Amino acid sequence: MRHTISVLVANKFGVLSRVSGLFSGRGFNIDSLTVAETQDPSVSRMTIVTRGDEQIIEQITKQLNKLVDVIKVSDLTGVNFIDRELVLIKVQATAENRAELLGIVDIFRCKVVDVSSRSYTLEATGDAGKIQAVIEILRPLGIKELVRTGKVAIGRDGRTG
Amino acid sequence: MKKSGAEILIESLVREKVKDIFGYPGGVVLDIFDRLFDSNIRLIFVRHEQGGVHAADGYARASGKPGVALVTSGPGATNTVTGIATAYMDSIPLVVLTGQVPTGMIGNDAFQEADIIGITRPCTKHSYLVRDVKDLARTIKEAFYVATTGRPGPVVIDLPKDMLQSRTEPHYPEKAHIPSYNPTYKGHIKQIRRAASMIAKAERPVILIGGGVIASNAAAEVQKLATHTQTPVASTLMGLGGFPGTHPLFLGMLGMHGTYRANMAVSDTDLIVALGARFDDRVTGKLDEFAPGAKILQVDIDPTSISKNVHAHLPVVGDVKNVLRDLLPHLKEIKTGWKSRHTPWLNQIREWQETYPLAYKQGKREIKPQFVIEKINEITGGDCIISTEVGQNQMWAAQYFKYTKPRTLLTSGGLGTMGYGFPAAIGAQVAFPDKLVIDIAGDGSIQMNIQEMMTAVQYRLPVKIAILNNQFLGMVRQWQQLFYNKRYSSTCLTCSPDFVKLAEAYGAVGLRATKPHEVVPTLEKAFSLPHPVLMDFRVSREENVYPMVPAGASIKNMLLA
Ligand SMILES: Cc1ncc(C[n+]2csc(CCOP(=O)(O)OP(=O)(O)O)c2C)c(N)n1
Repeated sequence: MRHTISVLVANKFGVLSRVSGLFSGRGFNIDSLTVAETQDPSVSRMTIVTRGDEQIIEQITKQLNKLVDVIKVSDLTGVNFIDRELVLIKVQATAENRAELLGIVDIFRCKVVDVSSRSYTLEATGDAGKIQAVIEILRPLGIKELVRTGKVAIGRDGRTG
Repeated sequence: MKKSGAEILIESLVREKVKDIFGYPGGVVLDIFDRLFDSNIRLIFVRHEQGGVHAADGYARASGKPGVALVTSGPGATNTVTGIATAYMDSIPLVVLTGQVPTGMIGNDAFQEADIIGITRPCTKHSYLVRDVKDLARTIKEAFYVATTGRPGPVVIDLPKDMLQSRTEPHYPEKAHIPSYNPTYKGHIKQIRRAASMIAKAERPVILIGGGVIASNAAAEVQKLATHTQTPVASTLMGLGGFPGTHPLFLGMLGMHGTYRANMAVSDTDLIVALGARFDDRVTGKLDEFAPGAKILQVDIDPTSISKNVHAHLPVVGDVKNVLRDLLPHLKEIKTGWKSRHTPWLNQIREWQETYPLAYKQGKREIKPQFVIEKINEITGGDCIISTEVGQNQMWAAQYFKYTKPRTLLTSGGLGTMGYGFPAAIGAQVAFPDKLVIDIAGDGSIQMNIQEMMTAVQYRLPVKIAILNNQFLGMVRQWQQLFYNKRYSSTCLTCSPDFVKLAEAYGAVGLRATKPHEVVPTLEKAFSLPHPVLMDFRVSREENVYPMVPAGASIKNMLLA
């Protein structure tokens, strides 16, 4: 099962490699990982999407907690949280598909952030379900390039931990 | 007054009460060596950085104090990796100081540059690259704190040359302050109460001690627990010495080369009280068939060790010593006739013991390796520090020597590092100049760090080496005999140096015994000499370690001979 794990870390030299090294060294999966400073510049937050059965997820959270630079680990799965991902999609633009493309942009509330004679670059933001839907619907039109930020997540009622 | 980084480093080490460092010099650490030259810290100049780290590790295991090693950048640093990994697997507190190229050159593939922080990341508890000399004193304080608290482990501090040379007004913090690092020492009181009633309900309980009992100095509490509740005690390799090997409740080591009674008891028990033991695969054998009828009560300071391999029905996170101290009063309140309650179980265990005791046959012609160890035990009365190499020598040392006190067996359990035992013995001898320290070795392993003979001779460290010389990589040969049709591929060591002459070449004493009746006089002579002595015991070449659980089998399925 997929889990979204939120990790507060001390913003120390090498902390990202400690976390990513833990995942690779112990054979845990990372579907996505985002990291950036919080409101406190000495602290960063990582949002990690990973997979595994209960025992593996338990090991992942415990192992993360064990790292000296890790302040707090919360498995958001099962608690009430909001997640978002941003994706940039470069789609082939032809005379025939332009109208359809702009229709999709409208429905999904994407933005057109760049236009060239051959392609449109769209920006979409949303939860995992929406991003997946946008990608699937655009696929037949010819996706030339796609870049995703990976998921960020925050608990409701200040419950991210 | 401003001080150089090197001076601040030495002062910080003095403040950490460091008395001995194991080191090897090189370009980028010259400033440190220069400062050490007239400091009160003794530098033991080893002959290989791996030996230096193992020596620091042996020092730490024997004394309970953190071991310190100091090496140069690049090859000096990479030579420490096996030592660091060995300490990491066995949770041994070390601070390893590595030189680094100047900060401005890091990342440029400079001469003797190695990313030692990156290389050792998976085998250190934590590591630091000092990037501002102002951080140096605090970093050292933190490193010692991290290495020695919680589940102990090795910490690397990488010291770029310019950090050692630049100057600052030093500020030495009294305490380390790491908000993100808070090991749990006290067990949860509710869990401890549950633990007491779980123990009271069990009919066939076993206490399983591991390295955590040694690390938390909990041997006295374990003994109280075992004797009060009349519960037998099995030990992992790392736990040996945590409960007296001579005690009637002691079952011996369990696992792949465990005793018949320990493996049978653990297979038949209804409650395992695991104390600082992490259920390594060498202990459990086939996981699905491990202790099928047992509830597991697991006490460990490291939450990741709990329910990692074996599900714990009742976890208690905390320091073993603290948890047992809190647990014992609860057990004393319980009015159970512990003894009568456990008598049938203890009788059953005695029966197993009588069916298959550890055994070998010493004839008149060939020396049996087990015999050498039993004689070491007899002559010393168990009052010595034993280190081991890896292989059959290690397993026989675990089976046939009766460790009665903690910190008297130094052995690489988790990583199984050949070449560990001899430098570890040197480290222990540095910590305890007056104790008898003996490395039980194989003829293969001893050659992996034999260069440290020079260190022992130079510092007049009277360590003894007992090579159980079977002219094989014995343990590997045993597997080839049992599972590879006796095809002894690359395990025959008949092509080896004359160990007696080798010892003499280093200026140590070399002795040889080839007949059983020579064993005792050889040992007695070696123990009486105030020098490093290497003993070459020519033993039965194809003796095997039994019992043996084939890899991946249930620990009930022992090959017994
Ligand atoms: C550094 C290292 N390399 C290889 C091994 C694999 N290994 C385990 S036991 C063993 C044989 C050890 O032979 P020896 O030191 O002669 O001891 P014996 O088993 O004969 O007592 C080997 C090669 C190891 N444990 N460590």
